[in-house]
Amino acid sequence: MGDASVEHSHGHHMDPAVEYSSSKLGMWLFLGTEILLFGGLFAAYAIFRAKYPEMFFEQHVELNKKMGAVNTCILIFSSLTMAMGVSAIQRGKQKATAILLLITILCGLGFGVVKYFEYSAKFHHHIYPDTSIFFSLYFLMTGLHMLHVFIGLAILGVLFALTIKGKFTAKYNTPVEVGGLYWHLVDLIWIYLFPLLYLIG
Amino acid sequence: MSTQSHTEQNHITGNKTYIIVWAVLMVMTAVTVYVSYINFGILNIVIALVVASIKASIVALYFMHLKFEDSITWVFALFPLSLLALLIGMTITDTFTRTIVP
Amino acid sequence: MANHTIAHDVYVPFLEKKGIWSWLLSTDHKRIGIMYLISISFFFLVAGVFALMLRYELLTPVSDFVQPHTYNVLFTLHGSIMVFFFIVPGLAASFGNFLIPLMIGAPDVAFPKLNLGSYWIYLLGTLIVLIALAKPADTGWTFYTPYSATTDTDVVLITLGVFVLGFSSILTGLNFIVTIHKMRAPGMTWHRLPLFIWASYATSVLQLLATPVVGITLLLLITERTLGVGFFDPAKGGDPVLFQNFFWFYSHPAVYIMIIPAMGVISEIIPVFARKPIFGYKAIAYSSLGIAFISFLVWAHHMFTSGISDIAATIFSFLTFLVAIPTAIKVFNWTATLYKGSIHLHSAMLYALAFVFLFTIGGLTGLFLGALAADIHLHDTYFVVAHMHYVMIGGTVMGFFGALHFWYPKWFGRMFNETVAKIAWLFIFIGFNVTFFPQFFLGVQGMPRRYATYPAEFESLMALSTYGSWILGAGIFIMTVNLIAGLINGEKAPQNPYGSLSLEWQVPSPPPLENFEEIPHVTDWSYGYGKKK
Repeated sequence: MGDASVEHSHGHHMDPAVEYSSSKLGMWLFLGTEILLFGGLFAAYAIFRAKYPEMFFEQHVELNKKMGAVNTCILIFSSLTMAMGVSAIQRGKQKATAILLLITILCGLGFGVVKYFEYSAKFHHHIYPDTSIFFSLYFLMTGLHMLHVFIGLAILGVLFALTIKGKFTAKYNTPVEVGGLYWHLVDLIWIYLFPLLYLIG
Repeated sequence: MSTQSHTEQNHITGNKTYIIVWAVLMVMTAVTVYVSYINFGILNIVIALVVASIKASIVALYFMHLKFEDSITWVFALFPLSLLALLIGMTITDTFTRTIVP
Repeated sequence: MANHTIAHDVYVPFLEKKGIWSWLLSTDHKRIGIMYLISISFFFLVAGVFALMLRYELLTPVSDFVQPHTYNVLFTLHGSIMVFFFIVPGLAASFGNFLIPLMIGAPDVAFPKLNLGSYWIYLLGTLIVLIALAKPADTGWTFYTPYSATTDTDVVLITLGVFVLGFSSILTGLNFIVTIHKMRAPGMTWHRLPLFIWASYATSVLQLLATPVVGITLLLLITERTLGVGFFDPAKGGDPVLFQNFFWFYSHPAVYIMIIPAMGVISEIIPVFARKPIFGYKAIAYSSLGIAFISFLVWAHHMFTSGISDIAATIFSFLTFLVAIPTAIKVFNWTATLYKGSIHLHSAMLYALAFVFLFTIGGLTGLFLGALAADIHLHDTYFVVAHMHYVMIGGTVMGFFGALHFWYPKWFGRMFNETVAKIAWLFIFIGFNVTFFPQFFLGVQGMPRRYATYPAEFESLMALSTYGSWILGAGIFIMTVNLIAGLINGEKAPQNPYGSLSLEWQVPSPPPLENFEEIPHVTDWSYGYGKKK
C-alpha cells in the first residue's frame, strides 16, 4: 500500500489543458532568456559599430552575402515546414508531420553545411575570432547561433523519432509545438544577424 | 485566473496562411538584400532593422502563434525586448558620454 | 484529478522512502527543496570558514597569516561561493521549492523533472568550480576586466561553473513563474496568495531575465581569455568598463534575488507571531514587483567611480533612491503589523525582528552609497562591505535562519530546542553587529576593501571586527548543532504548532507525498489572525 502511493505520487497527471498551456508558457519564458543571452552580443555589436563604423564597413565585405542570403532562405523555409508540421499533428496527421519535421531537420543541416564552408573560407584567409572586433562579433554571434541550431536539431530529431513511433496525436502534441517554438527562435535570431553582419556596412 | 483555454487547442492555422506568411518573408528578404546594394547612408541600417523587425514580428505572430496566445505570454514575449532595449540603450549612452581626460 | 490509488487513511510522509537514489532521482519538490537546503547550507558554512580566515588575517596590519595573493583568493572564493552557491539559489531554491506548491494548493511544481534537472545542474556548477580550485582565481567575485582577462589563475573554469549555475537559476525561476500562474488551487486568487508567493514570483522574474546577461558576460570573458577576443581590451579597441556594465546589469537585480524571498519570509512570520493580520497586504505584494522592476534600472550605481558621465551618474543615483521607496513601504507595513499585536518571541520571530532592524540599517546605508558625492569617498571602502553584509546577513541570512526555525517542524516533523535556539540567536545578533558595525567607521576613515594589509591606525577597529566574527561563528555553530540535534531526537512536531492559517500548515508535519489528499478550495486569505471565526 505504501509502495502504491509512492508510485502514484508523481504520476499525478496534470489536467491536459493546464499541461498544454503551462508547457507553452514555459517555452516562451525560456525564449525570453535566449533573447537576453544574445542581447549582450547585440549590445556589444551596437557599441562597437557606433565606435568603429569604418571597421564594420571595410570588414563586412569579407562576408559572403550570397551564402548568408541562402542561409536566410533556408531557415525561413524551415520555419514554414516546422509551422506546417505543428498544424499537421494538431490534425492528427502523423505521417505528414514526420515528413515536415524531416524537411526541417534537413534544412537545419543544410544551414550547417553552408556555415561550414563559410567558416572554412575565413580560416583559409587567416581570419579568426581574434582578428578584429568585427570578426570577433561575427564568429561569436554566428557561432552561438550555430550552437542553438544544433540544439534545435537535436530537439527536432527527438520529435521526429517520437512522431514515427506514433507518440503524438491530435489530442496530445504539446512537445511538437513547444519544440517548434524553439526552432522559430533560431530563425528569429538569424533574421537579425543576417542584415546586421552581412548587409549593412 | 483561468487555467483552461479551450480555444488555444482548437485554433489550427491553415497551411494557406503559412504559405502566404512565408512568401511575405521571402519578399522582405529580397528587399533587404536589394537595399543593401544601394547607399542610403544612415538609412541603410534603419531600413535593415525595420525590415528585420517586421519579419521577426510575423514569424512570432503567425508561425509561433503569438497572435492567439494569452496576455501573460504577450507580457513575457515583450518584456525581455524592453530589457534588451534598456541594456543596449544605456550601455551605448554610457560609452559615448564618458568624459575623456586628455 | 482523482487519487484513486491512494488510500486516504494511510499517510506516507514525503521523508519516508529511504535510500540516496530515492532522493537524488526524486522529482518531489519537497525533497528537491531539502537537497538544495543541504547543499546551500554546506556551502554557506564553507564560505563562512573562508570569511573567518580573512578576518583572522585582518587581526594585525601585516600579512602574517596568509600571503596577499592567498588573501585575494580567499575573498574571491568567499564571495563567489556565498553569492553563487548559497545566496542566489538560497531561499528561492530551498524554501521556494518546498513551500510554493503547498502554499498555492498544488501537488507539485509545473515541471517536476525540470526541477530535478535544475538541482543537478546546480551540482554540476559547483563541481566545475571545485575543479577550478586547483588554481583558484584572485579577481574578486566580480571578475573585473582587465585583471580577470590577464591574471594567471584559472578564471575560465570558475566563470564556467558560475555560467552553469546560472542555468539552474533560470530554470528554477521559469518553473516557479509557470507554477504560480497555472497551478493555483480553485479559489486561490492572486490577492489571496501568501506574500511569500508574491515575493517568489518577483524573484523568479529576476532570475529568469537577469541571469542570461551575466551568462553572456562570463562567456565573453572566457572568449577573451581563450580566443583572444578583445571586447574588454583597450589594446584591441575594446572597453573594460563594458564588462562592468554587462556584469552589473545582472548583478544588481541579483541582489534583489537575494533579498526579496527573505522579505517574503518576514511577511509570513510576523503575522503568525504577532497574532495579527499583515498590515497593507497589497502594498507589500506590489512592492515586491516594484522592487524587482526598479532593480533593473539602477545597475550603474556600482560604477559611479568608473568614469561614467555625470548625467548617467545622476540618473542612476535618482533611480537608486527610488528603489528605497517600495522597500521602506515593506518596513512600515511590518512595523504596523507588530503594533498592538500579541507578540510571541519565538526564535523564528527573533530572526524576523532582527531582519527588520538590521535590514533597515543596511538599506539606509545604501542611500549613503547612492548619493554621488558620498560615494566618491565610500566606494570600494569598508563602508560598502558593511552595507552589503548588513543587507545580506542582517537581511537575507536572518530571513533564512528565521525560515529554518519557522518551517522546521513542517519540513522535518520534529521540534528543536527553543531555548538553545534563542541563545544561538543572541550570539548571532551580537556577533554580527560587532563584526560589521565598526566597518562603517573603517570605511568612512578610508580603509579600502580587499586588502590583506592596512595602516596601523585601523588596527583596533579591525581587531574588534574580528572578535565579532568569532562570536558570530560561535552562534552559527550553536544554531547548526541545535537544528541537527532536533532532527535526531527532537520531539515529534504537531501539524500546526504556531497556529498559522497558511495552507502548508493544514497538512501533516511532514507533508505527505502528494501534498493534499484533495486539492483545497480556497475561500479567504491566510492572514486572518485575531479575527473571530
